[in-house]
Amino acid sequence: MIRRDYDVVIVGSGAGGGTVAQELAPLVKDGARVLVLEQGPRLADAEFTGRELEMADALYEDGGGFLTADGAMTLAFGRALGGSTVVYTGTSLVAPERVIRGWAVPGLDHADLARRTARFAGQNNVHLLPPEWINDNNRLFVEGCGRAGYHAEQFPLNVKGCKGSSLCNLGCPNAAKMGTHRVQLPFAQSQGVQIVTRAEVLRIAARALSVVVRPRREGEKGAESEWAPGEYDVRAKVVVVAGGAVGSPALLLRSGFGDALPRLGAGFTCHPAHILVAEHERPITNDVGHPKSYYLDHAADEGWVLETCMYFPFTTAKNLTGFGPPHSALMRAFPRLQMILALACDKAVPENRVAVDRSGKPVVHYRFTPQTVGALVRATRASAKIFFAAGALRVHAPSADPPLIERRDAGRVDELVDARHFRTGKVSISAAHLMGGCAMGSAGDTARSVTDAWGRVHGVPWLRVADASLFPDSLEINPYLTIMALADRVAEGIRSEARDLLSAGAPAS
Amino acid sequence: MGSAVLPPIRSTFRALTTSFVPEASSLDERGWAEAEAIVERFLATRPPAIQRQLRLLIRLLDLLPALRYGRPFRALDAARRARFLEALQNAPLLLLRRGAWGVRTLAFMAYYARPAAAAAIGYRADARGWEARR
Repeated sequence: MIRRDYDVVIVGSGAGGGTVAQELAPLVKDGARVLVLEQGPRLADAEFTGRELEMADALYEDGGGFLTADGAMTLAFGRALGGSTVVYTGTSLVAPERVIRGWAVPGLDHADLARRTARFAGQNNVHLLPPEWINDNNRLFVEGCGRAGYHAEQFPLNVKGCKGSSLCNLGCPNAAKMGTHRVQLPFAQSQGVQIVTRAEVLRIAARALSVVVRPRREGEKGAESEWAPGEYDVRAKVVVVAGGAVGSPALLLRSGFGDALPRLGAGFTCHPAHILVAEHERPITNDVGHPKSYYLDHAADEGWVLETCMYFPFTTAKNLTGFGPPHSALMRAFPRLQMILALACDKAVPENRVAVDRSGKPVVHYRFTPQTVGALVRATRASAKIFFAAGALRVHAPSADPPLIERRDAGRVDELVDARHFRTGKVSISAAHLMGGCAMGSAGDTARSVTDAWGRVHGVPWLRVADASLFPDSLEINPYLTIMALADRVAEGIRSEARDLLSAGAPAS
Repeated sequence: MGSAVLPPIRSTFRALTTSFVPEASSLDERGWAEAEAIVERFLATRPPAIQRQLRLLIRLLDLLPALRYGRPFRALDAARRARFLEALQNAPLLLLRRGAWGVRTLAFMAYYARPAAAAAIGYRADARGWEARR
C-alpha cells in the first residue's frame, strides 16, 4: 500500500467537491496540500460525442441505470470529473426562502445562501437564453401553460457558447455547460490543488482514507488516472466528503460512522419524476436547442414542479409505459413529440434512506408515500392539460390505463389520470435530484442530524460533508447552486479554523 | 469481461424483444448481432450475480406461459405473447412487474440504442445544434 500525505482531502468533484476545491485553493499558497479524489474518469473534450449509451456508460453511475432497492425507480447521478454537473442541464435557481425556513437548521439562513448563490451564478455565467434560441418543445410549453391558466418561468442557465445540441444530459459536446469541470476545478488545479481521477475511497478512518485507483478499462473513455493503479493509504488533517447524496452516506456508513450517527443515511429525497410525452400533428423542433428552458413551479401549493425536457431514443422508449404497437407508434412520432418532466417534491421520511450492502455498496431504500404519488398524479394531470392546450393530439400519461389519452378525452384528464393506476414496477420513474442522508441540524444533535449548519460531522472535528446529502429535506427546485452555496460555507468554515485544523493531529510524513 | 450472457437464452430474448418492439422482427442477422452486442456491452459491466439472475429470469419468462397455454413463450403467437406480457406488467407481485420492466428495458436498449433505429424514428440530435439544421 502506497502512503500519501495531505492537509485536506476532498472526496468527490461535483457541485460540492468542486466548490470546496476552488474555495480552499488559496490555502495552497500558504503551504497546504489539497487533494481532490474523484472515482470517475477525466474526459477530453473530443470524447463528448452525444451518443446515448456511450456517454451514459462513461458519465453515469451504473450507466444511468442505478436502481432503488426494490427496482422501482432509476436514480441518475454522475460519475466523472465534475460529478453530476457534467450531466445536468445547467438550470440555475436560488433556493426558495420558505424551504430553507422549513428546514429550520440553526445557523443557516436564506439571505446567506442567496448571497453565495448569486456569486456562483455570476461565476458560472448564469443567464436567460434569448427568445430566438428557444425551440418549439419549450415554446409549446409556455403557450400551453398560458392557455391552461398557468404561468411558466424561464430557467436561468449556466452556459457559455451553447450551440443548442440538446445533448446536455449526455455531457455537452461543445464544452458550453459551466459545470465544476469547466470552472471551479480548473481554477483549483491552476492554484496547486491536486486532482486524482479513477480513485475510489473505500473507507475513512481517523484522518486516513483507504483508496483504490483503478486502471482504465480497454475501450473505456477518459484518461488514465494521475496516480498508478493500486491501493493507497492517504492521510489528511481534514477530510471533506462530497460524493453526493448516495455516495457520501454510503462511504460514511461503510466506514463505521453509523453507530455514533443514527441519522446517517436517513431522510433521502430525490424529486421522483415521470417523463411525459405528447404527440403533435406536425413536426416540432425538439431534439435541437436547449432542452430545459422553462418550468412551472407549484411546489408550495401542490407539491410538484414541471420542467421542459427532451430525451434520447432509448431513454424515451424506456420511460413510456407499455410495449408493442402503441409504444412503437409513439416512438415513430419522435419528431412530433413534446416532452415535460413532472417532478414530485417528496418529503423526507425515516424509511427512505441510503444503506450499504455486505460489500459496502450503496443501497437506496425508497417507498412512495401517498403524498408523493398524489403529487405525481396532480403533476401528470397538469401536464396533460398543458399538452392539450398546446395543441397535442394525444398524451402519454403513465398513471392512466391505457396510458394514451386522446384529444377527444382532454376534458376527462382528472378522471383518467388516477393514483390507482400508479403501479411501481409498471410505470417508469426516475430521479436526478438526489438529496439527504447526512442532514444538517443543531450542533451535536445526533438524534436528528449528522452535521451542523457548516457541514461539521457531529463529534468528528476533522470530518466535513459538502454536498446535497446535507439537505434535511427536499429542496423543491434544481439543487446544484444551493449545493455550491452550502459547500462554500463548508470551505469558509475550514478556512476560518485552518490554524487549528491543519496543525492538530498532523499526519506523520 | 466475462462470457457473453445472451447466447444460452438468445431465442427467448429475441422473441421477447420482438414482442416489446414489433419492428425488431424485421432485423436481419447483422441487425440482431448489433442489438445483442449493445446489450452484452451493458451487461459486461454488471456483477456476475445480476447476469445470472437475468438468464434465470428470461428462462422463467419462457417457461411460465406453459402453465396457461401449454407451450413456452417462444412458441406462442404474437397475441398470446402480448397477453402474457400484459399480465406480467400488471401482476400483483412487484417482483414480477419489476422483472418484466427489466427485460423490457433491455429489449428497448437492444433496438433503440442502434443508430439505425434512432434515424428511423426521426431522431436527429447533432452536436452542432442549430447550425446543423440550417
